[in-house]
Amino acid sequence: MLHIINKSPLMNSALDSCLRVAPSGDILLIEDAVYAATTGNAFESKMQEAMKRFKIHVLQPDLEARGLGDRIIAGIMPVDYGGFVELTTTNNNCQSWL
Amino acid sequence: MSTIEVAGKTYETDEEGYLVNLSDWNKDVAEYIAKTENVEMTEQHWEVINFLREYFEEYQIAPAVRVLTKAIGKKLGADKGNSEYLYGLFPYGPGKQACKIAGLPKPTGCV
Amino acid sequence: MSDVKKFMFVNRKAPYGTIYALESLEVVLITAAFDQDVSLVFLDDGVYQLKKGQQTKGIETKNFSPAYRALEGYDIEKLYVEKESMEARGLSEEDLLVDVTVLGRAEMGELMDQQDVVLSF
Repeated sequence: MLHIINKSPLMNSALDSCLRVAPSGDILLIEDAVYAATTGNAFESKMQEAMKRFKIHVLQPDLEARGLGDRIIAGIMPVDYGGFVELTTTNNNCQSWL
Repeated sequence: MSTIEVAGKTYETDEEGYLVNLSDWNKDVAEYIAKTENVEMTEQHWEVINFLREYFEEYQIAPAVRVLTKAIGKKLGADKGNSEYLYGLFPYGPGKQACKIAGLPKPTGCV
Repeated sequence: MSDVKKFMFVNRKAPYGTIYALESLEVVLITAAFDQDVSLVFLDDGVYQLKKGQQTKGIETKNFSPAYRALEGYDIEKLYVEKESMEARGLSEEDLLVDVTVLGRAEMGELMDQQDVVLSF
């Protein structure tokens, strides 16, 4: 399953809840959730843990808009809009954690 | 939505006559808008218009009149950085009217 | 002047994901016309509003971050960032596009207490 998160990890529990409930799969971080993919963020250790269970992707245009295109945690995969679409088609189903 | 036609090309404006697409702006369009505002463009007018364009390029906002006046004073001298001078060039306001001619949005907070 | 009040704008949201950051900035620019004592505070994700190097072409949204550099020309020079918020996001003062005063949470709390009006975004 593809999990889509669009809220900052430090301001909202969506990503935390997803990591607590979902066993594995793909996670795509978009909009304000892209902060979770950046180095030095207080959420980074949780992301490092999550990377053992999930494949984690981040939407590059959203990261660049926020001036953080050069701070992706190693192992998290940047995708463009085409990659976003591909993730939705290669997974059987998808959930947006609003 | 309204349009204006300048030198055979059509440009979109809002209902108050401000250009919708900032990238549409050129000197011909500026001259055209100035004419509809009854402003005869002189070198002094262009000085202010070019200043506004540079300001917008740098900060991505149209300056408030007070801010514009101060900044013009700094760049072009105190004899130009005052309301009498700027309103003399643009009777309907260096914010409202000059921004329209410069192809910028209406200054934030300008009613 | 006795009618000058202390206004504080508290910014806690990241830019672009919601409209708060932009709305706050617009209200601040308008407020500047009233010659009040204005402070801007950046807490929590609000610190991200000041991150250097924002490039919004890819999301087809206006990059409004250059406008923070125009605040000085509007005589708004009191910008405060909470140290703890900045550090929790892996950011330092060099990452910010304007000069700010960094305050610890206790000092920030005191500053808030001294205000006449606090507007939260």
